[in-house]
Amino acid sequence: MSINRGRVRWHCRRALLELDLVFARFLESQFDDLSEAQLADLADLLLCEDHDLWAMVNGRKPCENARWREMIGLLRHC
Amino acid sequence: MKVAKRTFDAVIVGAGGAGLRAALQLSEAGMKTAVLTKVFPTRSHTVAAQGGVAASLGNSTEDNWHWHMYDTVKGSDWLGDQDAIEFMCRKANEVVVELEHYGMPFDRTDDGKIYQRPFGGHSMNYGQAPVMRSCAAADRTGHAMLHALYQRNVRANTQFFVEWMALDLIRNSDGDVLGVTALEMETGEISIFHSRATIFATGGAGRIYYSSTNAFINTGDGVGMAARSGIPLEDMEFWQFHPTGVAGAGVLITEGVRGEGGILRNDAGERFMERYAPNLKDLASRDVVSRAMTTEINEGRGCGPDKDHVLLDITHLSPETILKRLPGIREISIQFAGVDPIKAPIPVVPTCHYQMGGIPTNYRGQVVIPKDGDVNSAVVGFYAAGECACASVHGANRLGTNSLLDLLVFGKSAGETVVEDFRTGALALKPLPEDAADVSLARIARLEGQKDGENVHEVRLDMQRTMQKHAGVFRFDNLLKEGAELIKGVAARAASTEIGDKSQVWNTARVEALELDNLIEVAKATMISAEARKESRGAHVRDDAPDTPEHPNGRNDEEWLKHTLWYSADNRLEYKPVNLKPLSPNVEPIALAKRTY
Repeated sequence: MSINRGRVRWHCRRALLELDLVFARFLESQFDDLSEAQLADLADLLLCEDHDLWAMVNGRKPCENARWREMIGLLRHC
Repeated sequence: MKVAKRTFDAVIVGAGGAGLRAALQLSEAGMKTAVLTKVFPTRSHTVAAQGGVAASLGNSTEDNWHWHMYDTVKGSDWLGDQDAIEFMCRKANEVVVELEHYGMPFDRTDDGKIYQRPFGGHSMNYGQAPVMRSCAAADRTGHAMLHALYQRNVRANTQFFVEWMALDLIRNSDGDVLGVTALEMETGEISIFHSRATIFATGGAGRIYYSSTNAFINTGDGVGMAARSGIPLEDMEFWQFHPTGVAGAGVLITEGVRGEGGILRNDAGERFMERYAPNLKDLASRDVVSRAMTTEINEGRGCGPDKDHVLLDITHLSPETILKRLPGIREISIQFAGVDPIKAPIPVVPTCHYQMGGIPTNYRGQVVIPKDGDVNSAVVGFYAAGECACASVHGANRLGTNSLLDLLVFGKSAGETVVEDFRTGALALKPLPEDAADVSLARIARLEGQKDGENVHEVRLDMQRTMQKHAGVFRFDNLLKEGAELIKGVAARAASTEIGDKSQVWNTARVEALELDNLIEVAKATMISAEARKESRGAHVRDDAPDTPEHPNGRNDEEWLKHTLWYSADNRLEYKPVNLKPLSPNVEPIALAKRTY
């Protein structure tokens, strides 16, 4: 079953401003080009707690799950 | 459009700390309770709160609630209502211990008690010395609190409607509140939530400012809905600012950077704080630094192509010091300013942090408005708690760690009042008017049909820039007057926004347009209330109301010791007295005095 892009886009709204700012850039520059598989990986990553997600994006914490690695890389450098 | 109807004993809008605490009270009392939330509850902005929650437990130093009450009244610059402040400070221990019993992982002392740490503005013995009053769970207090409360709500069978956006308050011809309309994002369908009681716990609206520490979700939905339905907004001129947010982003640069030797510079590279605070310089208090920065920018000495920020310079510190002592700041600066602070200074600007005003409530969580000669007449069926509400415990300025306390105490209190009213039969399920959903349907229809309209993003940006320039941390009469006209113009444009995407399912553009309707109400309330208040008090500091012997700190109690009430329909302002009497007859009022630290 395909994932609704609008739903994933909404899930990029986070509790922390830091993440909102990173995702705003990401949504602008990369989101529309994601493949279905990448979208599924992103949807999975977005289930993380905000503090953990921010720590992975800013590099303070290693990526916990191989499935998230590509998305974390894109978020770090968008 | 077909409108489904759902019926509950109580509907709560917002699932941050206040909403979850209120919901718990209702669900545990057996009331059929719905919680509507735009995002999953544990992704509410309460997550961002780090400092802790204030309670005079006295675990680490001697303490009592009288001292906490004094600090809070003084912090509020005497604009806080002393009945509500007494209530909050007396209830603090109870709600914190309760939270501990729900599983909140507070930091501990060696002997197993909740560890407490000092925090700005909190003192022992009426301002004599710092006190250890803040209870924290490492630097994730808000996060831990939300998880504890959410899990407890799941146990109590609270029914969550996740990714639903409340649209409008439903009131009958008597003004009683009968519930809300709401949009389910997954389907685009509108529903009526018909209820005996409606509690708003929607948080603040810090996104009205261009530079804000608030997450994007903080769009003042409850405040906007209340204003549109005729409820006045209280004390909206009072917003807490932090001096050093990254320009253009809002992410906070901690005061610790200046503590480590960081220097603020203007476009000429001048260390301008030497002129404003010759002794403390860059380490002067938040408000002094913010005012100095604003003056530099307003007088044309700001930096960058738009001369709209100043620079925080730590390039004179060794890279080792920066990497060792300020690693998080380096990451933030690189990520959000595109600047490595080892090599170049960080662009910073005073940044909006917290909304002191909101929907007027009493200490029981009831929404109160002027009616039939009573300035605090309760609106039947309507309650509010947390940052969206104005109880008023923060008055003109909030103390750190009192915000988490506010949402626990008044979330619970609103819940208790609803349960009590429910049990005594005072809360009837009143019949819905025929046109209950019409306002919301008309808003949606306008968005669907709008041609040649305004771009949502551009209008929001114009609102944010107008607020930042005209009603920022340091305020000027001419800028406020001009701002009041400008913001009305922006509001007129917000009424004709257009979205390209007309789809029903997960239409985030539509949600953003609807959020703007709420933000703009808050922006108007703020600008117009601020323009009218011709004194300086707490966070509202005017250039033309300076510190004089007659009016210390620019505060004018003879004329302005009163709460502002702003009405959306005609931008009318009214005022009501501040309650200077504590709740209990045997508690002495905190007498008016100059606020000095």
